Amino acid sequence: MAAAEDSNNNLKELAEKDYKYGFYTEIESESAPKGLSEEIIRYISKKKNEPEFMLEFRLKAYRHWLTLKEPDWAHVDYQKIDYQDLIYYSAPKKKPKIESLDEVDPDLLETFNKLGIPLEEQKALSGVAVDAVIDSVSVKTTFQAELAEKGIIFCSFSEALQKHPELIKKHMGTVVPYTDNFFAALNSAVFSDGSFCYIPKGVKCPMELSTYFRINAANTGQFERTLIIAEEGSYVSYMEGCTAPIRDENQLHAAIVEIIAHKDAEVKYSTVQNWWPGNYEGKGGVYNFVTKRGVCEGDNSKISWTQVETGSAVTWKYPSLILKGDNSAGEFYSVAVTNNYQQADTGTKMIHLGKNTSSTIISKGISAGYSNNSYRGLVKTAKKAINARNFSQCDSLLLGDKCGAHTFPYIEAGNKSSVIEHEATTSKISEDQLFYCLQRGIDMESAIGLIVNGYAKDVLSKLPMEFAVEAQKLLAISLEGSVG
Amino acid sequence: MLKIKDLNVSINGKKILKGFNLEVNAGEVHAIMGPNGSGKSTLASVIAGRDIFTVDSGEVTYMGKNLLDMPPDERAKEGLFLGFQYPVEIPGVSMINFMRTAINEKRKHYGLEPLTGMEFMKLMEEKKKIVEIQSKLTNRSVNEGFSGGEKKKNEIFQMAFLEPKLAILDETDSGLDIDALKVVANGVNALKKPDNASVVITHYQRLLDYIVPDFVHVLYDGRIVKSGSKELAIELEEKGYEWIKKEAGINEKAESTE
Ligand SMILES: Nc1ncnc2c1ncn2[C@@H]1O[C@H](COP(=O)(O)OP(=O)(O)O)[C@@H](O)[C@H]1O
Ligand SMILES: [Mg+2]
Repeated sequence: MAAAEDSNNNLKELAEKDYKYGFYTEIESESAPKGLSEEIIRYISKKKNEPEFMLEFRLKAYRHWLTLKEPDWAHVDYQKIDYQDLIYYSAPKKKPKIESLDEVDPDLLETFNKLGIPLEEQKALSGVAVDAVIDSVSVKTTFQAELAEKGIIFCSFSEALQKHPELIKKHMGTVVPYTDNFFAALNSAVFSDGSFCYIPKGVKCPMELSTYFRINAANTGQFERTLIIAEEGSYVSYMEGCTAPIRDENQLHAAIVEIIAHKDAEVKYSTVQNWWPGNYEGKGGVYNFVTKRGVCEGDNSKISWTQVETGSAVTWKYPSLILKGDNSAGEFYSVAVTNNYQQADTGTKMIHLGKNTSSTIISKGISAGYSNNSYRGLVKTAKKAINARNFSQCDSLLLGDKCGAHTFPYIEAGNKSSVIEHEATTSKISEDQLFYCLQRGIDMESAIGLIVNGYAKDVLSKLPMEFAVEAQKLLAISLEGSVG
Repeated sequence: MLKIKDLNVSINGKKILKGFNLEVNAGEVHAIMGPNGSGKSTLASVIAGRDIFTVDSGEVTYMGKNLLDMPPDERAKEGLFLGFQYPVEIPGVSMINFMRTAINEKRKHYGLEPLTGMEFMKLMEEKKKIVEIQSKLTNRSVNEGFSGGEKKKNEIFQMAFLEPKLAILDETDSGLDIDALKVVANGVNALKKPDNASVVITHYQRLLDYIVPDFVHVLYDGRIVKSGSKELAIELEEKGYEWIKKEAGINEKAESTE
């Protein structure tokens, strides 16, 4: 309807206007010099006053990383990263130890207020404990005292290293070893902070735990680690949100998440990933190369991943599960939206090792603009995983005809009693549905928002309430300007 | 209220409406009848703003404005409603969410505050009574898993809810039993106010037992070939369309029915 010129301008405006997280905060920060070397790693470790074993772990990871080549098998295409041109450590200056909010840099507090993440406990969303990580450092964890009464540890990774080094030493790298892949090795060498969460035996965590990651400083890689340990019979629901300022250059984010669920334990991990996706021409944006993996260690344990991915210029991410315990269950629910020139290669791996293990995969890809959206999944049943079951449903929705959707399902059945079901569909957003909405007075943007949210409902309904509303709005916003 | 002058419409080079004229004034009910393929749905779609059709020439004014210049959602906000012949399913979008979005966008258009959850639910209950639509339907996704009749009732429900100034109902009566037909008629009659108007597209005279039209038009081959009062509908029912074709001096083969 509108001339191509006009809609291009609209698109540009929309793309930048609606990324309301695109601001940058002037915060005095202290950074390491650019580049990566053993020296830098020692600098980071020293800055953080880490125990000796940590430094050794980092150095081993670094030396291993030097032997690796950046992977290129994903269906994504991006400019080579110059790893010597990045800053590996940047922290807000007002540190090292924040005991109360009064000591937090007011600009920093303002940043989190703008992000809609109140850190002041009385104002905090009831029932959500927050750990806020800006650039590489955890700024503030709320509700720690209340959680401690139940024996729950929820704090920044650095704090955990100081207070509970034995727990870190025992578990870190057991799910994602530094040898796992290029980005995992890099993270293991230079990670600066992240969240740590420990739920003791039999404890059901009474509130949602949540971490907000924010990249602020320029040219800074963000490498955080999350480690969640759920002891026997425990339960926790964990949420993760991410945003970044609008910048013309690309930023690298390479995180690791490790989850361990013991016998009868259940962990729900939800992500709303909204890193700056780059502008409408594909300039700038975050490279999101993340390794997330959980292990259902004990019998009857359960881990589920729910992710809503709307951000990042390039995403390379496969939250996976190893189903070791008998009767353990894994779930992966994903909505990945790509618009403009975004590229996403995402999916999951379900590795069935125990008997009667089951996994469910629901993936909804939505592509618009000139973007590329791939689902890549592996379902593997070991010889001993008798009666393993998997159900996968991978749907792709296309908005417009310049975008791409791809599905790469891999199946490796190691025994005859496993049942693996895979369904896949690709569809276009229906003109009839759009017109029906328009005819009821709903404008094009809202109509797309409605239809897409309807399409993704099976996944959105798995999100905790606090996140679901935000995610719905995000989906609609991410696709603005994509049709018409 | 609605003035259509010498409207010519085509799709992919195929002419469908050929010099169509119609004038609808506030307070009137018009019935448009005609054999399959004569262009009834095309007319309704063009008035609603479906862009797959090309308007080759002609004028359409609605409430004094050039309707053809208005985007479809704006037409709707300005009080134009189309009851679809084939309502589409929108999986995963609840009727509640859909209607709430629609009513609030319309309110925004008129500078009104959005309805609160409570106000909205109250209105929902009120309107549900008019069309005797059950909660099991409004609790589902838009038209998903609805029977043919339920879909049609849902169109009337939405019409009652949005209170349009001009409603165009495209064969809303087709495939309905007598009870459902009465519901549709009630919906249209409830809307009948001095400021409103409706255009009822129908294939059968049956519906006109319950909705008394002020005018009946016969559409054939893209134009109105005869207009009259309610009696015309009865005559059509008795004599069929062949008579009209002859009278109109059109010597063409009988239209095939789809
Ligand atoms: N989307 C379309 N593409 C091609 N031809 C169409 C399309 N819609 C309608 N037509 C044609 O236009 C003519 C009128 O159709 P329609 O308006 O649906 O008639 P009616 O509603 O009176 O049965 C028919 O010949 C039909 O085949
Ligand atoms: Mg028709």
